[in-house]
Amino acid sequence: MKMVLSGNASAAYGAKLARAEVISAYPITPQTKIVEKIADLIANGEFETEFVKVESEHSAMAAAVSASLVGARTFTATSSQGLLLMHEVLHWASASRTPIVMVNINRAVAPPWSVWADQTDTIAQRDTGWMQFYCESCQEVVDTMLILYKVAEDKDVMMPAMLSEDAFLLSHTSEIVDMPEQAEVDEFLGKFEPEQRLDVENPMSFGSLSMPHQYYYEFRYKMAEAMETAREKILDAEREFEKRFGRSYGGLLDLYRCDDAEIVLIAAGSMSSTIRVAVDEMREKGKKIGLARLRVFRPFPIKELRELAKGAKMIGVLDRSFCFGYEGAFFTEVKSALYDMENRPLVKGYVVGIGGRDVTLDVIHDVINDCMVTKDTKDEPFKWIGLKGGEQ
Amino acid sequence: MGLMEIRWHGRGGQGVVTASELIAEAAILEGNFIQAFPEFGPERMGAPIKAFTRLSDEPIKIHSQVYSPDIVMVLDPTLIGQVDVTDGLSDDGILIVNTPMSVEELRSALGFGGRIYALNATKIAMEKIGRPVANTSCAGALVKVGKMVELENLLKVTEEKFGEKLPEKAIIANKEAIKAAYQEVSV
Amino acid sequence: MKTTLPEQELMEKGHMACLGCGGALAMRYLLKALGKNSMFAIPACCWAVIPGVFPYSCMDVPLQYVAFEATGAAISGMEAALKAKGKKEGVTVVGWAGDGGTLDIGIQALSGAVERGHDVKYVCYDNEAYMNTGIQRSSATPRGAWTTTTPVGKTRFWKQTNKKNIVEIMAAHDIPYTCTASVAYPEDLIKKAEKMKDIEGPCYMHIYAPCPTGWKYPPEKTIELSRLATETCIFPIYEVTYGKYKINKDIREEKKKPVLEYLKTQGRFRKLDEETVQSLQLYVDSEWNKLKRKVECFGEDK
Repeated sequence: MKMVLSGNASAAYGAKLARAEVISAYPITPQTKIVEKIADLIANGEFETEFVKVESEHSAMAAAVSASLVGARTFTATSSQGLLLMHEVLHWASASRTPIVMVNINRAVAPPWSVWADQTDTIAQRDTGWMQFYCESCQEVVDTMLILYKVAEDKDVMMPAMLSEDAFLLSHTSEIVDMPEQAEVDEFLGKFEPEQRLDVENPMSFGSLSMPHQYYYEFRYKMAEAMETAREKILDAEREFEKRFGRSYGGLLDLYRCDDAEIVLIAAGSMSSTIRVAVDEMREKGKKIGLARLRVFRPFPIKELRELAKGAKMIGVLDRSFCFGYEGAFFTEVKSALYDMENRPLVKGYVVGIGGRDVTLDVIHDVINDCMVTKDTKDEPFKWIGLKGGEQ
Repeated sequence: MGLMEIRWHGRGGQGVVTASELIAEAAILEGNFIQAFPEFGPERMGAPIKAFTRLSDEPIKIHSQVYSPDIVMVLDPTLIGQVDVTDGLSDDGILIVNTPMSVEELRSALGFGGRIYALNATKIAMEKIGRPVANTSCAGALVKVGKMVELENLLKVTEEKFGEKLPEKAIIANKEAIKAAYQEVSV
Repeated sequence: MKTTLPEQELMEKGHMACLGCGGALAMRYLLKALGKNSMFAIPACCWAVIPGVFPYSCMDVPLQYVAFEATGAAISGMEAALKAKGKKEGVTVVGWAGDGGTLDIGIQALSGAVERGHDVKYVCYDNEAYMNTGIQRSSATPRGAWTTTTPVGKTRFWKQTNKKNIVEIMAAHDIPYTCTASVAYPEDLIKKAEKMKDIEGPCYMHIYAPCPTGWKYPPEKTIELSRLATETCIFPIYEVTYGKYKINKDIREEKKKPVLEYLKTQGRFRKLDEETVQSLQLYVDSEWNKLKRKVECFGEDK
């Protein structure tokens, strides 16, 4: 059934379709419509779930972890400052092996105050052991939420997952969404029934003290293993999803016109769609440009990148965030994944869109032009596009 | 001197860490390099604990646990049989125990082939200090056996370290206990 | 030998608490009262270590260790999940935290949990400082006490402010049941725990839990000290049931012991001067009178 939904509403419907049993969330712009929509659905008797209206994001995640350990399918949503406040408990979620799914609205981090699109919030969580997906359409948000529950709850994974959508560009933008049928979703996901859980019939302790010589180290290794296992599980889930619902998103690295591309742009989030348009425009002019959309950041698509890099002469990586004291995170990680290759392509970094600075078609063309001009030289490793007061 | 590693065994509240620091501070006076640290873990009053001292005439660079001590000092006799005090101690090593037991009794209890020294440090502490706090007496015995620092330097750092915390009388008593243990332990 | 206490033991031997730990005893009593259908959340505090090091545990009930500030949120999540799964019936959800995790860093989540009306029982065992991290002051530390962050020294740098009254803060949240309890009065503690179990809605219990290591007194005196705290009216034993106040251990004026008698027993009050002792006596008297006035105005028969 086709509906017109914003990115926020899509997240709410995703939680409803997934039959999330416990939702604990705290409002923050621009995520508020997610929790409000969920509240509406509950109030109207359309969604049976326990909605804990916690008093902070730290509590939102803490409550979610406990609920998940009891065995409930759990959902939460946040953005920016809220995600940062949750940071400690993000670690708790992954190391407790709780398959929580969270929607984060990518929003700039204060100060100065900004409610606009920026990926700093999720980039700052890349080490927390959460799977990270970036979406570019409202349809993708709904579909990915379902895929994430499937992957996260797999007993060989059991790691939490966050899905990002850009502030306003997706969260408040209405698009057409083809809503999957509930019955089909129920078959796709099944129920969440973890073997190990908080249960008075079978008392266990979760998360006690563990010494240097045993077994903290091993627990962490198992998390690393689970993330590796997730790679294949993501592809499996997406294959099944495509069979049932007819839609697919290209796996971990979503390639667009990369087959013979000489220059490939790598980016995540809503700017990817704009890049598709720029790619088409360049192709019209006979230029061999492609887009490799970073749909999944964790686990990082090493294999897929190396495959892509075999053909491309140059890769331009767009970061909508910056790691002060070094460079953009996507930029660093792309280079690192290609380090061992013989004949690797030139990789250059572009910082765009921080604090909601609009990433227009012109901005993308600036990047593409820069790639074309500098692809045979190595003038500087990265640049900030569109700084007021002149270029960097 | 080369690298010397000492492991101390005691119970929480007995001043084991203080003793390990006294030896380290005395060694500094003699121009040596030191490291002193407890085994950090969940502990409470009365629970078995370990402390470590490393001494060397060259800067000490490694930062990890002590696995093969040269000397083991046991401050509490009740630990014998409860904690493996000779773990990692080779037969070239030295074991010193605060105990009313004799060396022969200790040797058969532990099955240890190296040098063993026994003295009733608690009795010395009771006599000199009036409380069963044997850590300073044990430090005195340690320097007699191990010869890693001069007695007078140990006495000096004891005076300094306790200067802020204890009344003059108690400092003197502790120094007497150190001297008595130094005399008494037979080498 | 028969006792008046429930016989069941849900706490195994071999735990890691200090000799004379009031908190260890308190948990044992609580478990006797609540029984095996209890689900616990425990934040950073002594009790995060007391059950033992993985893979051992002294606890025979399901237990999640949670982040320091998160107890209130964790029990909210547990309760919601049990309800969602249709498994809440007959299960008591318990948050068990120290004074730090309750009055300081955890107060927000606690306030949120009880304000939302979750059917959870929050029990604070109060040893009056951050004991697990080495005796640093908390807002539950009584005025005049030595701690490592209020180490007296030469400038009378003891804890300057009075104990934060978390019990009245909880009562002010209008929750069904708030109470204090003490290991000196186990039957009272157990009766109250059983009462909480039968009430649907948020309940708060504040247990006085002396700490020999942090308060500097001989470990065998824990129960004597607990009793003295009540007999001096420093720690009144009372409850507030749906807004009605009741003092469970009434201390008559002629039996009331001077605060000095309590202070003398502990090394943490060793350096107090007479002026401060007198001020503390006035403070304790005034708080006790306030409580008695509350009973007059909001007692069970009012």
